[in-house]
Amino acid sequence: MSIAAHLPALQVVLPLISAPLAVLLRRRDLAFWMVTAAAWAAFATAIQLWLQVGASGTISYHIGSWPPPWGIEYRVDRLSSFVLLLVSGMAAVMLPYARTSIEREIPEESHYLFYAMFGLCLAGLLGITITGDAFNIFVFLEISSLATYVLIALGRDRRALTAAYQYLIMGSIGATFIVIGIGFLYLTTGTLNLADMAGRLRGVESSRPVLAALAFLTVGISLKLALFPLHQWLPNAYTYAPSPVTAFLAATATKVSVYVLIRFYFSVFGESLVYEHLPLPQIMLGLSLLAMFGASFIAIFQDNLKRLFAYSSVGQIGYISLGLSFDSVHGLTASIVHLFNHGIAKGAIFLLIGGIAVGIATPGAVAPAPTFDRLAGLAKRMPLTCFGIVLGGLSLIGVPGTAGFISKWYLILAALEQGQFWLVGAILLSSLLAVAYVWRFVEVAYFRAPPAGHVARKEAPLAMLIPAWLLIAATIWFGLDTSVTVDTALDAARQLMGKAQ
Amino acid sequence: MLDHFGYVVTVLLMVAGLFIVIARGNLIKKLIGLSIFQTSVYLLYIVPGKLIGGTAPILSPQFSVYSNPLPHVLILTAIVVGVATLALGLALAVRIREAYDSIEEDEILMRDQIANSNEGMNA
Repeated sequence: MSIAAHLPALQVVLPLISAPLAVLLRRRDLAFWMVTAAAWAAFATAIQLWLQVGASGTISYHIGSWPPPWGIEYRVDRLSSFVLLLVSGMAAVMLPYARTSIEREIPEESHYLFYAMFGLCLAGLLGITITGDAFNIFVFLEISSLATYVLIALGRDRRALTAAYQYLIMGSIGATFIVIGIGFLYLTTGTLNLADMAGRLRGVESSRPVLAALAFLTVGISLKLALFPLHQWLPNAYTYAPSPVTAFLAATATKVSVYVLIRFYFSVFGESLVYEHLPLPQIMLGLSLLAMFGASFIAIFQDNLKRLFAYSSVGQIGYISLGLSFDSVHGLTASIVHLFNHGIAKGAIFLLIGGIAVGIATPGAVAPAPTFDRLAGLAKRMPLTCFGIVLGGLSLIGVPGTAGFISKWYLILAALEQGQFWLVGAILLSSLLAVAYVWRFVEVAYFRAPPAGHVARKEAPLAMLIPAWLLIAATIWFGLDTSVTVDTALDAARQLMGKAQ
Repeated sequence: MLDHFGYVVTVLLMVAGLFIVIARGNLIKKLIGLSIFQTSVYLLYIVPGKLIGGTAPILSPQFSVYSNPLPHVLILTAIVVGVATLALGLALAVRIREAYDSIEEDEILMRDQIANSNEGMNA
């Protein structure tokens, strides 16, 4: 068999192997090249898989040639190939950034461990996305989560440790809820293969163990994706983690959790169970609105730029879950598109903030927290960085011409389809809150006088600026040319909804 | 009640573990609670997989009652995950103790608040 037939396995195996190799190599540069090469290879694999799925339909790969439902199946359909593209692409762009960035944030002797953890986290996230086996999802989820806790704890501030601990507790509770849910499904159906499970659930849909499984999975996954009242771990984790880690988590980790939720709702339980037997859409709608307004409102009053955009992430996740609550093809499309678009925009913003932290540091010292009082007049010193954040911020607001507009457009379309005109107002109104917090940055960076003696222009190093601007350019690109994002998302949504009918 | 003895124990452990995680402020006690919570899930999988008098699934005319081996294998993986989580949690607790000189949640929060207000005054 040729290598092409084994691409689904390689997608996960390459980053997974690169992690222990990075530990064995120990040398900082070798570890960097090892993990980066794996991430680039994973990105190339993801592109190839995406093209293949687009041309010839769902790929089913049998690990060890054991046919499903006995063996573990890797299953790549439109949705998973799209998420694979996002996750591996983000890793491929952010690793070169991380090399320069962590020189100032992490002691040099633990650099190789950083790369190893990054590789593990990437392997876990890709594994969650590609696998078609329920228990496999849990195992990969824990691989990526454990790596994430370590990555967050690498931050210089001692509060990084408590943030990591808090995330470990909440994340483990979430993961355990997910295993309980999977356990109930396994006890009911006797299978762990997702597709097989979906078939066997027909007929016993409204039995109590199935509903309990649905409840446990919903709560567990919602903890992981930071749905509004379950988001407490997120702001601290994002604020105190090293900047490449924040960017990577914001762009991928919560998004992959959203993917898991969509997968369970539409491919396993089926929309009729999720949307008709339980008041889930109403709950989802309420929580999404709370996130859109509550979290965005809290964001306005933050003084630390990283924390501000962390709360903004919670708010933006509200838009994604809002799309899920509609139970329509357009709603689901909006969720999938926003998952992608927001991942890129937020990743870019956090990368640029990492550049600011380096720019405002006095040479030789550790980078201070990017609080607003340190950012006055920053646009004169770091024009490219500031302009990038503004462009990313426009995408968060949803200004036409940026990727964020496309997702909001489909959300509004879905709301209109169901005749819920007040929701259109709510979506637009909550966007105004985004204007407010992005404006706070603009006001401080552009209109306040810089402190005396700090006027020399000093951008972040090019190695950090280029990856960030690549993502900003992608934000604009996907706002103008929607053929990749919207077409894939529409296809994926149709595939998911059609299966359930 | 006796028929469901295994489930009753499972649920009791589950609720007790989750309660400890939420109610206790000591970082080590929280981790103990988390471990109990995770252990209860092992039981949830294993109890229904075991048939009393059942043997390992060996194809032989002598045996006709088998236990399902799959849950055991799954839980072997889950145990490994649980051990890793506990180890990482304890390692973090050690680092937190070094940085804050305390493993009580309220004291740590207080020290953070003091640090935050100092930061604000310097600025």
